[in-house]
Amino acid sequence: MASPPPPLSQSSVPFYRDVRVLRVLVQIAFVALVLLVGWFLWNNVVRGMARIGGAFSFAFLENAASFALSETSLPYDPATDSYLYAFFIGVLNTLRVVIVGIILATLLGLVAGIARLSSNWLIAKIAQVYVEIFRNTPLLIQLFFWYFVGILKLPRVRDSIEIPGGIYLSNRGLAVPWFTPNETFTAWLVIAGAGILAAFGVYKLLGRVEKPFIYEWRGGWAFLVWLAIALAAAVALQPFTPSVPEIRGFNFGGGVTLSPEYAALLLGLVVYTGAFIAEIVRAGIQAVPRGMVEAARALGLSYIQTLRLVVIPLALRVIIPPLTNQYLNLSKNSSLAIAVGYADLFYVSNTIFNQTGQTLQVILMIMVAYLIISLIISTAMNGLNARFKLVER
Amino acid sequence: MATQTQPRSEPLPPPVTEIGVIGWLRKNLFSTWYNALLTLIALYVVYAIVSGIWNLVTTADWDVITANIRLFMVGPYPADQTWRVQTSVAIFAFLVGASWAIWQGVARSAAILLGAVLLTSAVLPFAAGERVWFLASFAMLAAGFAVGHFTQARRVLVWAWLLSLPVIGILLYGVGGIPRVQTDQWGGLLLTLTLAIVGIAASFPLGVLLAVGRQSTYPVIRGFCIGYIELIRGVPLITVLFMMQIMLPLFLPEGMTVERAVRAMVGFTIFTAAYVAEIVRGGLQAIPRGQSEAARALGLNGPLTLLLIILPQALRATIPAMVGQFISLFKDTSLVAIVGLLDLARIANAAANQPEFLGHLTEVYVFIAAIYFVFAYAMSYGSRRLEKTLGVGER
Amino acid sequence: MKHYPIVLIAVVALVAFGVGACAGATVSTPTTSAQATAVPPPTTAPQPTAVTQPTTAPQPTAAPTQVAQATAAPTAAAGGPTAPPPTSVAAVAAGRLKTVLDRGNLICGINGQLAGFSVLESDGSYSGIDAEFCRALAGALFNDVSKVEYRPLTTQNRFAALQSGEVDVLMRNTTFTTNRDTAVGLDFLPTTFFDGGGILVEKSLNATKLSDLAGATICVLAGTTNEQVLTDTFNSQNIQFTPLTFPEANALYKALDEGRCDAATSDKSQLAGQRASVLKNPDDWVIMEETLSKEPLSPAVLQNDAQWADVVRWVVYATWYAEELGITKANVDDQLANGSTNAKRFLGGTGSLGKDMGLSPDAFYRVIKLVGNYGEIFDKTLGPNTKFKVPRGLNTPYTQGGLQYSPPFR
Repeated sequence: MASPPPPLSQSSVPFYRDVRVLRVLVQIAFVALVLLVGWFLWNNVVRGMARIGGAFSFAFLENAASFALSETSLPYDPATDSYLYAFFIGVLNTLRVVIVGIILATLLGLVAGIARLSSNWLIAKIAQVYVEIFRNTPLLIQLFFWYFVGILKLPRVRDSIEIPGGIYLSNRGLAVPWFTPNETFTAWLVIAGAGILAAFGVYKLLGRVEKPFIYEWRGGWAFLVWLAIALAAAVALQPFTPSVPEIRGFNFGGGVTLSPEYAALLLGLVVYTGAFIAEIVRAGIQAVPRGMVEAARALGLSYIQTLRLVVIPLALRVIIPPLTNQYLNLSKNSSLAIAVGYADLFYVSNTIFNQTGQTLQVILMIMVAYLIISLIISTAMNGLNARFKLVER
Repeated sequence: MATQTQPRSEPLPPPVTEIGVIGWLRKNLFSTWYNALLTLIALYVVYAIVSGIWNLVTTADWDVITANIRLFMVGPYPADQTWRVQTSVAIFAFLVGASWAIWQGVARSAAILLGAVLLTSAVLPFAAGERVWFLASFAMLAAGFAVGHFTQARRVLVWAWLLSLPVIGILLYGVGGIPRVQTDQWGGLLLTLTLAIVGIAASFPLGVLLAVGRQSTYPVIRGFCIGYIELIRGVPLITVLFMMQIMLPLFLPEGMTVERAVRAMVGFTIFTAAYVAEIVRGGLQAIPRGQSEAARALGLNGPLTLLLIILPQALRATIPAMVGQFISLFKDTSLVAIVGLLDLARIANAAANQPEFLGHLTEVYVFIAAIYFVFAYAMSYGSRRLEKTLGVGER
Repeated sequence: MKHYPIVLIAVVALVAFGVGACAGATVSTPTTSAQATAVPPPTTAPQPTAVTQPTTAPQPTAAPTQVAQATAAPTAAAGGPTAPPPTSVAAVAAGRLKTVLDRGNLICGINGQLAGFSVLESDGSYSGIDAEFCRALAGALFNDVSKVEYRPLTTQNRFAALQSGEVDVLMRNTTFTTNRDTAVGLDFLPTTFFDGGGILVEKSLNATKLSDLAGATICVLAGTTNEQVLTDTFNSQNIQFTPLTFPEANALYKALDEGRCDAATSDKSQLAGQRASVLKNPDDWVIMEETLSKEPLSPAVLQNDAQWADVVRWVVYATWYAEELGITKANVDDQLANGSTNAKRFLGGTGSLGKDMGLSPDAFYRVIKLVGNYGEIFDKTLGPNTKFKVPRGLNTPYTQGGLQYSPPFR
């Protein structure tokens, strides 16, 4: 370059080669394309809905649902309650299976993941076979299997297996004794609430005591305090009436019954997701450098302390992000409830749009509901992740 | 102290309790008292499972499978057109055989598996015509091996593989002189595999595009890609499939209908692309900035840098995750059973509902689970081999 | 500048994707049904033919030569597998009928999982009364009962499939209701099976009236009229019950058989069919006397396509009419040659009934020859000689006290 480049002027670059203009133009073109496609689709929907005599409106949600649900967490009467309320019942049912499922799958995954690293050859192999089989077959088939070949083959309700303690197992579900609250229940609730406050006070108080036995276990001590208060109040007030399952008419009355559909779905989700979590846990533990463990032992930490203070925090850092994904998968996979007839969010919605013909609206509601559930899970897990994140100094 | 007096002598053999079967048992199963206890419990579990399986195998009546094998394999594909499916399998077997001879590695395992399946099937009590066809396919496998072994035509083989998919697709669907068999007539394993293969082939490029779009400096495009990816990843696959089955007709102009299997394929593509995009994004982020800076310094422009420098490295790093996603997709094809397509899972239910085979649910579920397992396991095995060959995570 | 090629790629890919999606699609000509409510009718609307049709219809002055041709046609057609070219018909086919004739086969939406009605056999074919009616239609259209493509549909997607034009006709044990006829946008045709909602219980429960089922768990298919009827009936009589819904019949009857529920409610014929085919010990089960609801199971087509609806309607009537006249598969040739005037006109020996409909003159002859009259169809699929042993009930000609009253073929 012998001569310096001429100074850039607005006129030397035609506008169609000007980066800034192009950037804007490209984006406008993209938006236009998206809008065009969106408009085309929307137009078709409006026409299509007009053709079959419908309009885009959510008014139908207030109509009486008029279909019964087999499982409801809240009282539900199809004759008077609205579609919206039925949908809400479905959401609750989904949450019921997702929350319990996440807890149990984590436990199973933890056990299986550690078992895969066991020095016991047989245990490691069993864990490996479990993981490979359940990871490599479709969840849907597993659900069919659990429900039709597993749970429905249990004895009929008349020939229930009786487990000591008033527990009955049949293909109508697992009936266990339960308590129903009576009039003193509110008073007990108040005392138990006060107990939580008292326990919190104890927790703070013990935090100042410097004896390790008391300091390290202060959470446990506080819990014991609460338990003592709650139990004492329960004995004094008798807030519950025990209810024992027994065969009344066709089904078990009294107690609570874990329905076969719920059980099958839960079992399927837990066993399937557990296999994936096992692999994550294994990878997480293997990611902790051996030297860390050896160093911790050399510093005099006990095996349990090493695990609690060194291995688990380090492993969790690797484990939590993929674990979040598995939790999200579990919540989304719970929509397979439809295969075993469990009245979850998706199944209830399915009946709603089938009855009302308002497919688009209901599908939108389903999507929003799942998006919110996903959002809650990922927010909670991100919070957890932040706690264990490597703090760089 | 005897060892001290004879320092040059051969070392004593280790005690019998440390080597051989006993040593192995001690070390791996009975090292401590609780390990021994665990071993005993585990042994009991294994015994219970194995005896359960033995019971199943001995008491099961596999007639429900043999009588319906056609349904399981091709569903309601017209019987007089089955030769097209058989020809496709033969072509596939030939290519696998040739790949074994030329590439070894994964292809060898695939070929052995395929050969074993074909030979076993030929021995099982199928109709004579089908058994002959199994043998013929096996012969094609062998022929492929021979041809590959003597020619070693690598390039031809690559082209043959690339061409085989459209050729098989055309053969099965029917174009021109061959009568058309719409995908709605496909079923069983044929449909399951078609859905998976098309889903994989279509979602991969779309996913890469979305990932690149998500990294774009254009806020509008980035926003669109992020919105798409997060929306799709937030909803269950079955919702997307339902939407495709029930809603897609509404979104299309009047009079235009799309075959139901095609709709399912679109659903799988839309869904999987979002996940592929996230995987690719992970790969893209793992590439050091220096790579693109070096490429720019060498005079490559933006797209060339992306195509020649960034993507190859990024994609190589994502192989395990990508294959995992595709295995997911393969397993999830079973969800089309819920929306009424006659895939393996639905055929299984239909077969177990035939009057003469009532109550044979266990057999059909075990059978199709085994099919899914073989394919899914083969995919993950192949991915592990491929990882090793490419040295992922080592360079 | 850095990223515009990427955008270019994205746009090209989007377009390519769109084109690909369209390539996988089959564009059919818009049917008459298209111009239902909101959409302005295109100028090429096929209504004119529908208008002109009546003017051509009442000209039964069949010249002798024409008669000879017409009588010759059936015999020729019965032997040869191919249908006469559509150009030979009197009324010009339009709308869905044209689509079907041009396509060369009939796409029939069926259940596919319901023994006796339509169920997938090991060889990939379908059997059952709904499948037979699909075949009857194909016989009338193409003189070849194999020209049917069956589309198994779920309760969820059956109406969507019809609305989108994916299937030509819905033969899927669907109850004719006002809502479906209007809001869902269908047209229902003569009822192929007059049914009633019933309850299947185990004999050992000795349940004879609904109140005996207080507290019972009752299985029902989701998305059916039975589901709503069950809730309405039990609620109005204040009987407690626990519903258990399943999306598919397969799952439902399996659960019933295993004792997961005490009773199942559905159409009585379906209950009978499932009892005979799916339950392990059919004799342990009984269908209660009580009828919960009317369930007229009818074929349905998309609203506002009169010509296509006519074809399906008269094919169903033809099976009734033939039974009324005593025409069977076996004697149909004899009836064509030597039968009464009515029979000859019906079978296309004289007159132009088939032609006026847009079909070949011998359309109804083919239906009877290839599939049989209603009695034969019923006996073959559901009747006493099958394992289902469904009583004919109301499904008999009006002459025998049933509801099958076919309008005259003239």
